Amino acid sequence: MSSHSILKWGIRFYITLFFLYLFTPLIIMSAATFNDSRFPTISPWRGTTFKWFEELWNDSGMWQALGNSAIIAAGVLVIAVPIGVACALFLSTYRGNGKNFLYGLMLSPLLTPGVIIGISTLIFWRSLGVSGGIFLTMIAQTTFIAAYVMLMILARLQRFDRTLENAAFSLGASHFQVFRRILLPYLMPAILSAAVIAFLQSFENYNTTLFVKGHDTTLTIYIASKVRTGLTPAVNALGLILILITILFAAAYELKRRHEARQSQINPETDSEPISR
Amino acid sequence: MFKQLSERFGPWVSIGIFLLMFLWLVMLVILPQILMIDYSLRPNLPPSQIGGPDDQYTLKNYATLANNAIHQSIFFKTIWSSVLVTFCTLLLCYPLAYYLAKVATPRQAALCVLLLIIPFWINEILRTFSWFIILSYRGPLNALLLSLGFIDRPIRFLSGDGGVIVGMVYAYILFMIFPLYNAIESLDSNQIKAARNLGSGWIRTHYRIIIPHAKPGIATGCIMVFMLSAGSYAVPALLGSPGSRWFTQIIYNWFFEGGDWNQGAAYAFILLLLCIGFIVLMMRLFKVGLGDIAR
Repeated sequence: MSSHSILKWGIRFYITLFFLYLFTPLIIMSAATFNDSRFPTISPWRGTTFKWFEELWNDSGMWQALGNSAIIAAGVLVIAVPIGVACALFLSTYRGNGKNFLYGLMLSPLLTPGVIIGISTLIFWRSLGVSGGIFLTMIAQTTFIAAYVMLMILARLQRFDRTLENAAFSLGASHFQVFRRILLPYLMPAILSAAVIAFLQSFENYNTTLFVKGHDTTLTIYIASKVRTGLTPAVNALGLILILITILFAAAYELKRRHEARQSQINPETDSEPISR
Repeated sequence: MFKQLSERFGPWVSIGIFLLMFLWLVMLVILPQILMIDYSLRPNLPPSQIGGPDDQYTLKNYATLANNAIHQSIFFKTIWSSVLVTFCTLLLCYPLAYYLAKVATPRQAALCVLLLIIPFWINEILRTFSWFIILSYRGPLNALLLSLGFIDRPIRFLSGDGGVIVGMVYAYILFMIFPLYNAIESLDSNQIKAARNLGSGWIRTHYRIIIPHAKPGIATGCIMVFMLSAGSYAVPALLGSPGSRWFTQIIYNWFFEGGDWNQGAAYAFILLLLCIGFIVLMMRLFKVGLGDIAR
């Protein structure tokens, strides 16, 4: 049995190392925000300061980029979520020729490198007389974010009980009433999650945006350009704020997901705490 | 097609569904790709000559790569490094995925998954930037190694491809862990027990039972990580040096510094073909279909 317990401790050690590997860089980056040094680092420590937050606050370029990112993310959300829902509804209904082909086509943006989505969008819209900028960034990001939305909605649709629709029909409901009163409310949790994910995906996109941004700057582009030219710990301050927001988002999302999972499986055993061994 | 939909949703909603689907697939997915290929097959001409006698299809833009030794070596380096990144992430993730799916208690697994999700949602640029700090010449890694006495002088980690590869493994590792975890989790634990009872050692159990079952997850993870690495612009731009350029950086230069969009489109299409080739290879190797990948 000793070889078994060595294995067990070995794997525990490995897991610990893995999480250290995952979080140490982020902690170092965050810690560098508070170092009173012109270049972001933690060694040597030149004293604790909050001045980089102040510098970030007074940077008009950052605010401009943040505004652009918010506009783009909101636009992507408005375009990509209806498209994703429509495609998921189509896939869950249509049975027949070409379904697999269409499904593959809808997945293809997820398997295409982001730079190529940016390039092809740039070329196509130039032929229509549209050049790079906020609008084109929305379009390019929608190309692949709609596919994420489609997958998330489809996952929920697969658990939908279609006898509910038939019951409503036989009680005299119109098509539109069934869609409004039964299908959409059922899909709403997935639509909200997809909207959050679409917003985040848009907000942090770099590779696609780089090619279609024109002269506009998003927050991610701004961070990357600061790292290459004119790097100060103000970038770390921005990073720290974004990390905290992300943790908040992730925690809220996860709590909501668990809440739903608990509601959907009505199982009295899950309410009581499992007895620790 | 329309009939099936309108039976369920009525005519108006069905028209809406078709319209949205059509707009997305035609205007955003198909036509841009076709136009990119068309661009790549035409010479770079001043606007006045477009449509003129010189505007004919040519493979000249593709021949550029064949004739340029520097671009070729960068292209092959991009492939090799992406394969290396993919392999490293697979190796690093497999033990963790197995532990989470089969060894950990449900509560431990849930906690670990939550801890994994957080860095997953943090911006790629920020994750890369954190390595920029660690690996910089006067950064904490050099300081640590110096104080421990392993080295006498700081090392320039950011001058070669090493920094780029380390950064990519870190940036894309989570695209490997989740497909692997999902695939291993769906294996019935009784199969592992049965194998053990029949006298199979743990290496053989993994090799014969768990890995074959996890094939779709392995394929998905590898495809995602390879695609992200080969198509990454952010990581080499932040962690690379002029001497360690990535293929995407050459494409970018054709567009925004060389001003030759046709040439850039050809290089972009070559990159796309590379990724498609890798997907096909993985699907053959692991004998999985496209339907298994998106799960």
